[in-house]
Amino acid sequence: MSSQAQGSYYVPHGTHWPILGSFGLFFTVGGAALWMNEFDPGKWVMALGIACILSMMFGWFRTVIGESLGGMYTKQVDTSFRMGMMWFIFSEVMFFGAFFGALFYVRNFSIPWYGGSGDGALTNFFLWKDFVAAWPTNGPDQVGGIFQTMPAWGVPLLNTLILLSSGVTITIAHHALRAGNRKHLLIWLGATVVLGALFLNFQAHEYIEAYTKFNLTLDTGIYGSTFFMLTGFHGMHVTLGAIMLTVIWFRCFKGHFTKDHHFAFEAVAWYWHFVDVVWLGLFIFVYVL
Amino acid sequence: MTTHATAHHDDHHDDKPHGFLHRWVYSTNHKDIGTLYLIFAFIMVCVGAAFSGVIRTELMKPGLQFVQPYFFNEMTTMHGLVMIFGAIMPSFVGLANWMIPMMIGAPDMALPRMNNWSFWILPFAFFLLLSTLFIPGGAPAGGWTMYPPLSIQGGDSVALMVFSIHLMGISSIMGAINIIATILNMRAPGMDLLKMPVFVWSWLITAFLLIAVMPVLAGAVTMLLTDRYFGTSFFNAAGGGDPVMYQHIFWFFGHPEVYIMILPAFGIISEIVPTFSRKPLFGYQAMVYALASIAFLSFIVWGHHMFTVGMPLGGELYFMYATMLIAIPTGVKVFNWVSTMWGGSMTFEAPMLWAIAFIVLFTIGGFSGVMLALVPADFQYQDTYFVVAHFHYVLVTGALFAIIGAIYYWWPKWTGRMYNETWAKVHFWWSAVFVNVLFFPQHFLGLAGMPRRIPDYNVAFADWNLVSTIGAYGMYLTPFMFFFILWHSKKHGAPAAARAWEGAHGLEWTVPSPAPFHTFSTPPVIHDEDLAHGDVSH
Repeated sequence: MSSQAQGSYYVPHGTHWPILGSFGLFFTVGGAALWMNEFDPGKWVMALGIACILSMMFGWFRTVIGESLGGMYTKQVDTSFRMGMMWFIFSEVMFFGAFFGALFYVRNFSIPWYGGSGDGALTNFFLWKDFVAAWPTNGPDQVGGIFQTMPAWGVPLLNTLILLSSGVTITIAHHALRAGNRKHLLIWLGATVVLGALFLNFQAHEYIEAYTKFNLTLDTGIYGSTFFMLTGFHGMHVTLGAIMLTVIWFRCFKGHFTKDHHFAFEAVAWYWHFVDVVWLGLFIFVYVL
Repeated sequence: MTTHATAHHDDHHDDKPHGFLHRWVYSTNHKDIGTLYLIFAFIMVCVGAAFSGVIRTELMKPGLQFVQPYFFNEMTTMHGLVMIFGAIMPSFVGLANWMIPMMIGAPDMALPRMNNWSFWILPFAFFLLLSTLFIPGGAPAGGWTMYPPLSIQGGDSVALMVFSIHLMGISSIMGAINIIATILNMRAPGMDLLKMPVFVWSWLITAFLLIAVMPVLAGAVTMLLTDRYFGTSFFNAAGGGDPVMYQHIFWFFGHPEVYIMILPAFGIISEIVPTFSRKPLFGYQAMVYALASIAFLSFIVWGHHMFTVGMPLGGELYFMYATMLIAIPTGVKVFNWVSTMWGGSMTFEAPMLWAIAFIVLFTIGGFSGVMLALVPADFQYQDTYFVVAHFHYVLVTGALFAIIGAIYYWWPKWTGRMYNETWAKVHFWWSAVFVNVLFFPQHFLGLAGMPRRIPDYNVAFADWNLVSTIGAYGMYLTPFMFFFILWHSKKHGAPAAARAWEGAHGLEWTVPSPAPFHTFSTPPVIHDEDLAHGDVSH
């Protein structure tokens, strides 16, 4: 706690990691754009970009971890990190909000209007007189063909239980960390990682089943669009969260965290709870209702 | 334990990093990063102005003169995107970087390395966006609002446009997180929230808006991307989606975005007017609450951008009344600026001239905004030059004038040199005259029915279009004037005092001019008489 001296500010020295990250983002999205516009070598540009981003993250986090272990961070720096993580999660909430908003909008407004309800909604009258409003739907033109939806009370329910349990295990791990019980910390944090991986495994199976047996694909009208974009972005966040948990497990293993100085652990736990809550929204509004 | 800032600075050592790469590319210094933002924004203003030059030249006379309609549409689209995301927003972030740490007694931004990344994403984002001008199929041409289905029927530019907006969003969100963390966590002891300069308050609220709505824009353009390339049906009615839904999602972002581009300007004006009126800001707390009210209302009024697209009557009425409510807190601000001047011993240096022009001309833009909020009237105004006139009054004579005023106001603090007051006044009066020659006739054109985003028009609109184009050509001289005045000041300007303006209050005026590379390495002791708002009782 030598650097905890009252009244002095901490400002980090310059760094080359951000500019590497910028090149990484640039190559990633530039390559993706080329690839999507049917210029095939774009995928190699994209791979280069992702490699840049990964090395940026690795290097940047290593620098920060080193500085943290070196005792260079004051309480004020810790608070800044906490605020950064909280507002980052808030921005993620708003990102999911856009897709949930799309789901609610089509279900509550567009589809009933296409079905002829409402005053002066003429789409039904002029274009699709036979269309009956219902959910799920792939629209008046049945884009993507006849499809079936995923039953909520099978794998999705199991996945709900898995994610909820993982929220419990990470909390037990956190209590173990605060109690200084290293063995329990590693076991329960490891269990959280395993549960996360299990969730992703089931999710992958569900996708395969949807594509091969249910004819439910990304092309399946608005139902397929909202289903796959919501669950897909959620799955990406679970993947990211699971990677973060794994990193934290190794850091616990190396003994980086003390009873009262473990912001990285808490940040990952917040993030994990966030993907958990998003899943509950998905389970209710995408699968059950 | 703490020492007073100015005492500390007498022996400050100049530890600026050496070499271009270390000084600018690896920078963690809020002043250098602020400078980068401002230089970038200046370049983008020039690029965006060049696009508008194509537009105004084509519209000088009726009939197609110089460019094809499709290229004209590319120009209107790129002009909007570049000016909003490349010019106005980065200018404000640059000012935030420079001023917020100095105004609250912080050493730097809360997360200095992330601050670097926030900036250095932007040149790449705009390289991607501007590169679309040179690819087959050309640049995006569906308007800056990117409404589907038109926007996703273009060529290969869709992916580049969407990705560049993703990058701008990442940059803005990280910048906004940094600003919030700085303001909430880095204030010197005694700098209570309700003693903060209004500019800092305006940025706290703006940053919240940015974090709340930039992800929504990212979601909306992601849906465009998947509709275009991956077969989703978000905006395809045949598949059960809805093109109108894009407009709802977009304007849920878009309306707070409008205030993202004006709230920091309100903050700037609230700093400049008291200084040159030699009076404290009238109604400080009311100003803060008005900012917060405007921000809150911005989330619940988006429908007024789409009255004519098809919405239930109840929705139209709701959005109309909610929108008109915004005139109340905005009126509070305008009246408080005027009341601040009332009875003050005013002088009219360049920053004050820009601020007064802001108050008058922004108010005109605000009034035309209330006209547009009226549903029955909006059915007439929608997509006419009246809308163009309205948002250029709030964005050019509003946001941009405030930015220019802010640069003149704080320039002595940044560089330690005064600018030439005579030339600055020429710059101001030239701009104030030509900006009105440029945009005021567009009200008449719009009310007479001239549509926006069309390269040709009825001969009945010819005269005012010619006047407008003459105004535009006058305005194109102003970046050169501004650049020359600032360059001359940097080389030959008279040295500036620490308190460059006699009536200026606030922590930034207690440190030397130019401000040392690291302003406060220990928290300064706050004396209430140093503060712009130290007399606030709460």
